[in-house]
Amino acid sequence: MSLAIEVTGLTKSYKTKSGDTVDAIKGIDLHVNEGEILAFLGSNGAGKTTTIEILEGFRDRTSGNVQVLGEDPEHASRTWREDIGIVLQESAPDRSLTAHESVSMYASFYDAPRPVDEVLEIVGLTDSAGQRTKALSGGQKRRLDLAIALVGDPKLVFLDEPTTGFDPSARREAWEMIEQLRSVGATVLLTTHYMDEAEHLADRIVVISDGLISAEGTAADLAEQVKLLTRIAWNPAEVPAEALPDLFRSELHTTTEELAIETTEVTAVVHALTGWATANGSRIDSLSVMRPNLEDTFLRLTAAGDAR
Amino acid sequence: MITKTLSSAKYALLSFRRNPAATFFTIIFPVLFLVIFGLVFGSEETGPADQLVKVSTFIVPGILALSIVSATFVNLAMNQVIRREAGQLKRLRGTPLSPLGHIIGQILASLVIVVFMTVLVTVIGRLFFGVEFNLSSIGVFALSIGLGSVTFSALGLAITAIIPNDDAAPAVTNATVFPLYFISDVFFFSDDDSSGFIDTLGDIFPVKPLTESLQDSYNPFIESVSLPWGKWAVIAAWGVFGIVAAAKFFKWTPQTERR
Repeated sequence: MSLAIEVTGLTKSYKTKSGDTVDAIKGIDLHVNEGEILAFLGSNGAGKTTTIEILEGFRDRTSGNVQVLGEDPEHASRTWREDIGIVLQESAPDRSLTAHESVSMYASFYDAPRPVDEVLEIVGLTDSAGQRTKALSGGQKRRLDLAIALVGDPKLVFLDEPTTGFDPSARREAWEMIEQLRSVGATVLLTTHYMDEAEHLADRIVVISDGLISAEGTAADLAEQVKLLTRIAWNPAEVPAEALPDLFRSELHTTTEELAIETTEVTAVVHALTGWATANGSRIDSLSVMRPNLEDTFLRLTAAGDAR
Repeated sequence: MITKTLSSAKYALLSFRRNPAATFFTIIFPVLFLVIFGLVFGSEETGPADQLVKVSTFIVPGILALSIVSATFVNLAMNQVIRREAGQLKRLRGTPLSPLGHIIGQILASLVIVVFMTVLVTVIGRLFFGVEFNLSSIGVFALSIGLGSVTFSALGLAITAIIPNDDAAPAVTNATVFPLYFISDVFFFSDDDSSGFIDTLGDIFPVKPLTESLQDSYNPFIESVSLPWGKWAVIAAWGVFGIVAAAKFFKWTPQTERR
């Protein structure tokens, strides 16, 4: 499989107005396979947009090698742009043009565009094609953004925070739409600060934190990597602390209402509790087992960035 | 490249036509000025006793100069700032349309508006105020309009660099052009000797040289208009300044974060 994006040792520093040097990107290696959907996950200020804008050719870099579709974006030709589709984090279409006209205008800037009607169909804007863009809802404008990114028939699509600021139903719709990209066969690099979005859409997730890549893999890989603890809690009136093997007893959190333990050894703990209960004819209706969720995983992965 | 540039111009015009504020300030506004000043002052006469000319003969080319500045400088400054702040210019940079293709496309759209306004102002001047166009000076007339259009387009693109956001765009552009209109004989033909401070000030900026070269080509007593090299040189110098400044300082990315 060939690579759509290959980045080694990327750094970006810039001077603030007060004269300090800020290292936004501190050395990133990244590769994206052709046809892959890769999510670039990080909290605000982690360096997501800086990185994606370097890959898009909007910003220069301080050091490192960057190859996007075989060219260095900083010195890429106009023809390189024929194969790139971009959805910016923030942009508004011309208010006076209709959705169809907006897409047609962008289509006219490419040598071999997709048919405009087909693109509007893909993003689900066929019914609103004749409306002025100022009359479109926020979600519809984002669809239009995507239609504009797709109309050049790109091999590679960049989506910078495609659902930030959306309500839950608009996000769902956006997700469905982005999944359509898979059917188009494009390589997609998207940035997000939602773990569930990354998990839902991407083949692979790269976590960026404070300008460095802190983890990489599928959502399950990431949960595994951070070794989050499962929280097991129950009422001490039903099963006393003594039911647990000595090994775990030192880790117990005790309150008057509940006993709790945070552990990776879920099987051993639950076995000890249920074994005691069975042997002593007790019921443990209060037992709860809380698996770490995606947001916990994300928070742990990006903790370094937030600690600044 | 050429078809992409023409397409850029086509959609810029479409967008212009549908924007009520833009059409009002660029088309209706100059026509209103022409009608009002024409009715109020137009029938007065001016000039040496043996060469009396109706004032409207000079108001028509004055308003034409104003129309050219509106269609190029004001129009481009406003809509490029709006496009920049909406992220549209950045987005265009992400397409195969070259930056120069975009710029030329936008200027072409302005030139179309200039041609439209030239016809409109000339026809209204002829029909309502009986202002005859001096056909012998059509070459000077056309060259002055062409040179003025390019110069004020370049200046319009250059000034976007000092306009921080779209709210500031009308204020900055109008604050720039209105004082110039008043010191540039756009509204009144002054037959005073050009010696006062205001006159000298007007001569330095490009609006008055444009107004005067257009007025000369309307004046029936100027038999054959000698080529106004001095005035053209002032306009061209500003044009070069505009092109250099625009090339160096024109910004493609939004200058204000919307969060």
